[in-house]
Order: sequence, then C-alpha cells, then structure tokens
Amino acid sequence: QLPPGLYKKVLVILHDSVLPYMNEPTLMMDFLTVAYGIGGAISLLALNGLFILIHQHNLEYPDFYKKLYSLLDPSIYHVKYRARFFHLTDLFLSSSHLPAYLVAAFIKRLARLALTAPPEALLMIIPFICNLFRRHPACRVLVHRPGGPAEMSEDPYVMEEQEPSESRALQSSLWEIQSLQNHYHPDVAKAAAVLNQSLSEMEDDISGLLELSAYELFDKEIKKKAVDVPLEFEQVRGLFGKKNDIFAEHFSLE
Amino acid sequence: SNPFEVKVNRQKFDILGRKTKNDVGLPGVSRSKAIKKRNQTLLKEYKEREKTNVFKDKRFGEYNTKITPEEKMIRRFTLERQQNYGKKNIYNLNEDEELTHYGQSLAEIEKLNDIVDSDSDTEERGTLSAELTAAHFGGGGGLLRKKVSSEQQDEEEEKPKSRKELIEEMIAKSKQEKQERQTRRESALELTEKLDKDWKEIQTLIARKTPKSERKDKEVEKPKPDEYDMIVRELGFEMKAKPSERLKTEEELAKEEQARLQKLEADRLRRMRGIDEVANKKRPSHMSADDLADGFILDKDDRRLLSYKDGKINIENEEEVEEEGEEEEEGEEEDNENEEESQEESASEDEEDDAADNHSDLESDLESEGEAAENKEEKKHKANENESQNVEKLDPGREAAKSELPYTFAAPESYETFKSLLAGRTIEQQLIILERIQKCNHPSLAVGNKAKLEKLFGFLLEYIGELATLDLPELRTIDKLVLPLYNLCQMFPEAASDSIKFILGDAAHDLEEVIEVKGRATFPALDTLIYLKIVSLLFPTSDFWHPVVTPAFMYMSQLLTKCRITTLQDVIKGLFICCLFLEYVSLSRRFVPELINFLLGVLHISLPKNQAQGYTVVHPFTPVGKNLELLLVCDKEDLQSWEKQNVPLSIVTRLKETSRTEMNHTRLSCLALCFDLLKKCAALYESLPSFHEIMHPVKILLTQHMPVNEYPEKMQEWYHSALKELENKVKHYTPLICEKKKPVPLKQYTPKIVKVLEFGRKQAGSKKEQERKQLIQRHKRELKGAIREIRKDNQYLARMQLSEIMERDAARKRKVKELLGSLATQEGEWKAMKRKKWKN
Repeated sequence: QLPPGLYKKVLVILHDSVLPYMNEPTLMMDFLTVAYGIGGAISLLALNGLFILIHQHNLEYPDFYKKLYSLLDPSIYHVKYRARFFHLTDLFLSSSHLPAYLVAAFIKRLARLALTAPPEALLMIIPFICNLFRRHPACRVLVHRPGGPAEMSEDPYVMEEQEPSESRALQSSLWEIQSLQNHYHPDVAKAAAVLNQSLSEMEDDISGLLELSAYELFDKEIKKKAVDVPLEFEQVRGLFGKKNDIFAEHFSLE
Repeated sequence: SNPFEVKVNRQKFDILGRKTKNDVGLPGVSRSKAIKKRNQTLLKEYKEREKTNVFKDKRFGEYNTKITPEEKMIRRFTLERQQNYGKKNIYNLNEDEELTHYGQSLAEIEKLNDIVDSDSDTEERGTLSAELTAAHFGGGGGLLRKKVSSEQQDEEEEKPKSRKELIEEMIAKSKQEKQERQTRRESALELTEKLDKDWKEIQTLIARKTPKSERKDKEVEKPKPDEYDMIVRELGFEMKAKPSERLKTEEELAKEEQARLQKLEADRLRRMRGIDEVANKKRPSHMSADDLADGFILDKDDRRLLSYKDGKINIENEEEVEEEGEEEEEGEEEDNENEEESQEESASEDEEDDAADNHSDLESDLESEGEAAENKEEKKHKANENESQNVEKLDPGREAAKSELPYTFAAPESYETFKSLLAGRTIEQQLIILERIQKCNHPSLAVGNKAKLEKLFGFLLEYIGELATLDLPELRTIDKLVLPLYNLCQMFPEAASDSIKFILGDAAHDLEEVIEVKGRATFPALDTLIYLKIVSLLFPTSDFWHPVVTPAFMYMSQLLTKCRITTLQDVIKGLFICCLFLEYVSLSRRFVPELINFLLGVLHISLPKNQAQGYTVVHPFTPVGKNLELLLVCDKEDLQSWEKQNVPLSIVTRLKETSRTEMNHTRLSCLALCFDLLKKCAALYESLPSFHEIMHPVKILLTQHMPVNEYPEKMQEWYHSALKELENKVKHYTPLICEKKKPVPLKQYTPKIVKVLEFGRKQAGSKKEQERKQLIQRHKRELKGAIREIRKDNQYLARMQLSEIMERDAARKRKVKELLGSLATQEGEWKAMKRKKWKN
C-alpha cells in the first residue's frame, strides 16, 4: 500500500513513538504482519513492532521463528539496521524453551552467512553464537562431537531448506567458525578460536559490539602503539618487483 | 662494676635460639654519660647562644689525641720552619747557614754523587800512601824502607839526596800524580757523558728496530734508567702491531647472508602464528610436586607433533635442518633455492618446506649443473650489495649526469624545498640526489640527521603520492623511487610506520566523512592504491598483527564493502585492491570474505540482467538496479579481436578518451583477471574446512550463468582453468571436537619449604618487600630515638636554666642580705654612738 521509503520511515519510529500511545495497539497487527511478509529491510524493521505486540499484547504469531529464519540472508550483515536486528534476534533466541534443532539451525545459518561478512559484523556475531551455545547446551554438539563419524563427504546442513526443523543442523558441525579462525583480522581470528576450547559459563556482553563500525575498528587499530615494527627483509626491486607478483601479471606501469 | 648500678631485665620465658640484646642495663652509667656529653655540646651551645664571635683554636693538633706530645712538637717545629722558609729575610745573614763537610757544601757533594770518587779514592781512603808516610814521619826505620820500590832504592843508592830535596821531589810527585788522576777522571766523565748523549740519540731508533736479543745486551750495559722506558715502548709497539681481522671470503659472506635470511624467515613465521607465541610467553613455569629438584629438566619436548597434509605425514623442519648440516654446501645451496622456490610457489605450497618439497628441489638442482647453482648464489649475493647501483650501471649517460650534480645536499626541511630539489631531473638523477642526501646526512655524522632523514621519508612518500595523482601518473618514476623508500624504511622503521599510518588514517577518515555526508563512498585515487601497494613492499604482510599492515587490511576491507561500483574504473580499482588482498595473504593464507564477495560481484556485473538465481551478491553490488552489465560485452567483433593484455594503471585516470573497442577489450581483460584471481583464491583457501561453502555461489555462477560459448577461446581457457581449480577439490568434513580442557590440578598439601633467615621475623613477601619493611621499621625506631633525645635535651636545658635562675636568685639574696647586714651594723653603730652620746 505504501511506497518502500515511507514504509521504512514509519516502521523505524513505530515501536517507540506510535505503539505506546495507542489505545489498542493490536490494531496495528495486520499492518505489521503484512510488512513482515514483504521481506528485506522492511521485514527487519517490522520485527520491532511485532515484538512489542507479541511481548505485551499476547499476539499469537504462527511460524514466527520460521519467518525469522527465512529473514536471514547474506545482506543482514551489510544493512544499516544490523544492530537493531541482532538486538531483537538476541531477545527472541534468549528463551531457554526453544527446541535445540531450532537454535542449531539459527546458529548454523548465521555462521554460514558469516562467511561473507565484514570484520565488524564478525566481531559481533561470533560472541553472539557463543552466547547461544551457552544458553542451549544441547547445541554444543555443533562444536564438540566426540563419537561422530570420522569423516563426512558433505555438510549435512541444508542451507536452502526454509523449515528449520528440516535443515539437519544438529548433525552438522561449525566448520564455518573454524574457517574464520584463519580470518585476516587478528581479533576475529582470536574470537573464532574461542570455540576451540570449552566455553566459559558467563555470557559475553554483545550490546557494545552491535553498533561497531568499520571505521571504529580501523581507528582502534591505528591508535595502537607498537613497540617495534617488523620490516620486510626481502629487498625491493620496484613497485611490482616482488617474486611472482600478481600485479606484474595483470597490470602495467603505464 | 657496682652491682647496685646494674639493672637486669628479667625474662619471663626462655626462648631457645633467640638472642636478647637488652637483658642487662646500667642506667646510672648511661645517664651520667649522657649528661657529660650534653655538658660538652648542648651546654656549650646554650652558653654561646647570643654570641657571634667564635674563638678558634688553630694550634696544630691541639685536640688530636692520636699524636703523642713529642711527635706533636716535631710536627709543629717543621710547620714553623716551613712557614719561615718562604719569607726569608735577605739581610739576615746568620740565618743563611750552609752545612759543610770538609769545607765543601753538602749540597754540592750530593749533586756530584758517588761518581767522582768511584775508582781512585777508594783504596786511599783511610790509609795514607807509603811515600807520604815516609816523607812526613821520617821513613820510620828500615822496616818501611824495605817496602819502597827497587827503583827508588837504586836511586837512593846512586846519589844520596838531601832530605829537603827528597821531600820536594816527593811533593812534586804526589802533585803530579794527583793531577793525572784528576785529568783521567775528567776524561772518563766526559766520555760517559758523550756516551749518554749518543745513546739517547739512537735510543729511539733502537727501541723499534733492534730485535730483543740485541736490546738485551744494551739493557745489560745500562739497565737502570732504560728498563721502564723499554717496557712502555714495547707495550706501545705491540698495540700498533695488532693484526686486523681477516677478510671474509665470498663463500663465508654468502653463508652468513643465507643464515641471516633463514633467521628472518623463521622470525616471520613466528610472527605469523601470533597467538602461539603469546600463549608460550604467558605460561608460568610449572613445578610438579614430584619434581626431584635435582636440576634435571627436559628442556624440550622432543616428541614431534604429527600433522597431516594431503594425507601424508608432515615432517617438521628440524629434521631437515639436521640433514642439511650433514650435506654441507650442497645442502645450503639447495636450501637457498628452496627458499626462492617456496616463495614462488607460495600460492600452492605450504610454508614449511616439507620433506617432499625438498626432494623435488634436489632433483631440479641435479638437473641444472652445480656450477650454474653456484653462479646463481654468487649473483644473488652480489645483487644484494649492488642493488642500488645496478640501475646506475645500466645507464650510459649517467657519468655525464653525475658531473652536473653537486656532491653534497642538505636534507630538505620542507616539502617545497624537497620538490624543488627533484624538479626537472631525470629518474636517475633523482635517485642519485636521494642517495647523496642519505649519505651526507647519515645519522652517524651529526646529531640532528636522524630527524632529517625521517622527514625525508615523509617527503618522499608525499612526492610519490603527488606523482600518482598527476593526469599522466609517472609510475615508472615511482617504480624507481621505491628503492630509496625501502632503504629509508629499513633505517627508521618507527618513523616510516608512523608516516604511513598517518596517510592511511587520513584516507580512512576521508572515506568515513564521505559516507556520512553522501551515504555512499567512491574509490580513492590512484595514490592511495599505490600507498597500499608500498605497504606490502615495506612491511611483512603475513604477521598476525602488524602496526601498519592490520590497519591497511581494515581500510581495504572498507573499500571493497563500502564503495559503489559505477564505472569501469571502479571495477579496475576494486580488482587492484583484490590483487592487493591476495598478495597480502599469499604467505599467511588468511581468509578474506570481502575478496570473494567482490569477485562474485564482478562476475555478476559481467552477466546480462535478470539472471541472478541460486546465489546472492552482497553490498556494493545489487542483484537488481542500475550499474549492472558494466562488464558485459555484446559486440561480436570486439570479442573476437580481444587479446589478453596487462591493464595499464593510468587507465583509472583517463578512461574517457579511449574508444569503444578498447573499452570492451579492457572489460574482457578485467574478466580474465577476475578468473585468474578466483583461481588463485581457490588455490589459497583449499585448506579451509568450509572451502566449498565459501566458493558455492561462485561455482553456481560460473557453471550455470556464464555464457562461456560466446567468449573468445583465450577467455575460455581462463574460465576453465579457474573452474577446474574450484571443482577438483575433495570434500571432506571431520566433525569438530573441542580441545580437551586441562583438568585443574587438585590442591596438594605438600609443605611449603621456605628458607629461614632469622627467627622471630616475618618471612613472608619477596626480598624487595622484606627490605621495604625493614626500612620502615628502622625509620620508626630512629624517629622514636630522635624524639626521646630531643625530649631529654629539653629537660636538660630546663634544668640548666632553673639552676641558673636559682644561682642568680641566691646571689641576689646574698647580696641583699649583705646590704641589709651592713645597714644593720651601720644602724647599730650609729645607735651605739648615739647611746654613747646620751650617756656622755
């Protein structure tokens, strides 16, 4: 009914400047449900209003988690509303009554998508996943499966499956995080290495990490004082003079 | 002493091993001692409290009890004489006394020493000669006569002379004799002096040239004065003759160089692993309760860790090193090759050149002749030294250029002066100028030079940036200028890293500002890209964390995720950054998600619209919307005429002038580049456990959407090689298993054994802590003592004042009494007189 721009603007302010002042917030139910069904950024934004309705006004939303699950696609790590979305997801997944298969599916999907994420998002999502493991110890088979088969030829997890219960996430392992241990950013690599050990009991506080921006990360790195600066020992021969320089193959100095 | 004066501090319990200090005290004695001391010091001060004049007793040793009175007198006498010595009264003749012996001044005798009466006088001293006795004492009878020489006897017999004659003759004789003796003595003296002089003349020559044996002879001749000199000279001579260190042969130099490189490579690997090192450092040394404390430590866990690669056991380096030690030269050459090759093949090989690798190298070595290998090594070694000069040698016109340039340059203080120095010069001249600036301002020459050269690095960097932003970027110049940049960076790593960090920070800041204002960013100009490339030349990019490289990584990641792709130039810049990423991680093989995303996006924009199915592209690229089909080439002719060629970097600044065909060709080149990069990525990341998940979207795009058949044959080759690299990787997943947590050891109650230094003292704390405690305690004790002393002083002074007052009062009373008494007597007398008068 509304153009996407207006939709977004309405949804951004809905939860804190419209809903609290309405006599019957449940009237917004249909609007939000439709918005939630649209997909993309509008769905993400509608989540906030829906949450209030579910939480305070006893809205029954069928297949809520399935919808949430289907919202997860590679762009969630890149969009503007990342912090808001993960804050809510954290809330939704904090219930200890959720079935293990559901949480495992979420974990696996988040991890899979993290393979395309920028470092600032990775620094947030890895503690996020760790927290999920702490809340749902049944999911720890994802990182610790002592009696499993020695080797598998495929990842049992089915990414394309819309239904979390059918995704076979619990039979899989978190190889994605293991791959991220090789990430170029030292902090990400360190954070990913945490899952190698058994987790501590305390949950990490991710509220500070939600809003992390790439520039902040850069700033932090560049302000670090180094004791000494290691140097390249290979003598320079020119701009593209390294041995087997990729640039020399494809670019010319003209 | 008096037993009543002794006070015994009785102890309630006897404690074994404790020494008590103050169990017996002599209060009376110590008190009297204290009073006596105060009488001498405090009382004196008190009495002289309002006096400004001080009487100083300067008599020598008056208060020195160590000197006995006799000695004191002697010292005083000498002092007195010394004082009088200088201001002698010249008119006082009596004082001018001179001690003599036999009429000769003693001083003169001392001067002449013993030399004078060395040989002649010894026999005569004390005894008189026969002739003299005969003459003086009248011959003394026949006994004496007989001893007279026969000649004389004959003479006497021939013509008996009168007594007077005889005496005169004898006197003359003795005189003559005496004279002769004197002349002889003088001549001897003269001779010795001459000898001395001659000796001194040649002494210096001899000291250096005569061998030891000869010198010894001379020493025997004149041992006394020269022995010391000789030794001194000898020592000096030995210092001069110290041999310099032997020059190293080519081989040794090469060996050293190689060892250095090996060490550096090992360092690099250690930094790359990063975490392990930190963990090692922080691990506290653990002592088990079962430790025998016999000093036997297994200094290294010699069990080797097994690691697998491609299903084969990976044998660690150490063994290899041992092997090489045995193989000597050949091994080393081979290793040298190894290193080169491992770097060349770094894309496909593991860093640790494993055993298998080693063998393959061996074979290749065998194929090539041994000589060739040697030559190579020599060349490599030389190349290191002559690197900077190589350029010069190549250029024939250099000599001429050299003659024009001045030989010394002051280090430029500002960027403008720096630029004016280099303006209008050829590349070679610029290099020479830079080299000379470096040489003239070497930090070892003057104090401020270090700062100057550090500034020079910044200027050079700025200059390179400026060259890169020109309309026609002078990339060739930059290519050469990298060499001095590298040298400067090696000299001042901190300053270099700071200036590069500054540039990076600036660039990132600009990017952030643009994003905030416009909501999207554009790719930076060529200079920033060049800077990023320079970072990879100057610093090791494989480190786990590096003060410059890590921010550069972050910056590049931002560029790839935040910058919009709107033109072909953007694509080229993006691909350039992809190349940078690949180069940065080529050794460390770290995972860069942005790189894959970007390559996927580039492939996506080379497709016709509305095909995105089965994969999703992420941020700067969009599945739908404008700016698609940037790399799409439909023109059949252009497709056919395309040849793979290197993309000139200058294209990013002047693309608009080129024709449509050229544009299309560039597009195709970009696509080929993209394929190649994908291939390299696949080779790099094959060891990642989720390699297939990472590459999944790319694979789908390549296999399902690429219009391969439309591409020219060359392009198809690129395509297939990339696809092959992607597909022929085995899928194997091993379930994850957490590292076992080390069980926390139970608390054991083995006794803690501590060395007891002193009983009754607290032993806890480290040595430093103990020392501190001791100091505090001592300070407390001293403070208490001082307070007590001050209190006693005050008491003493009060007592003295009181006694003074009492004394004064008593005196006054007495005087009053006296006066009253005298008055009373006066009165009495007066009354008595009166009474008398009355009576009378």
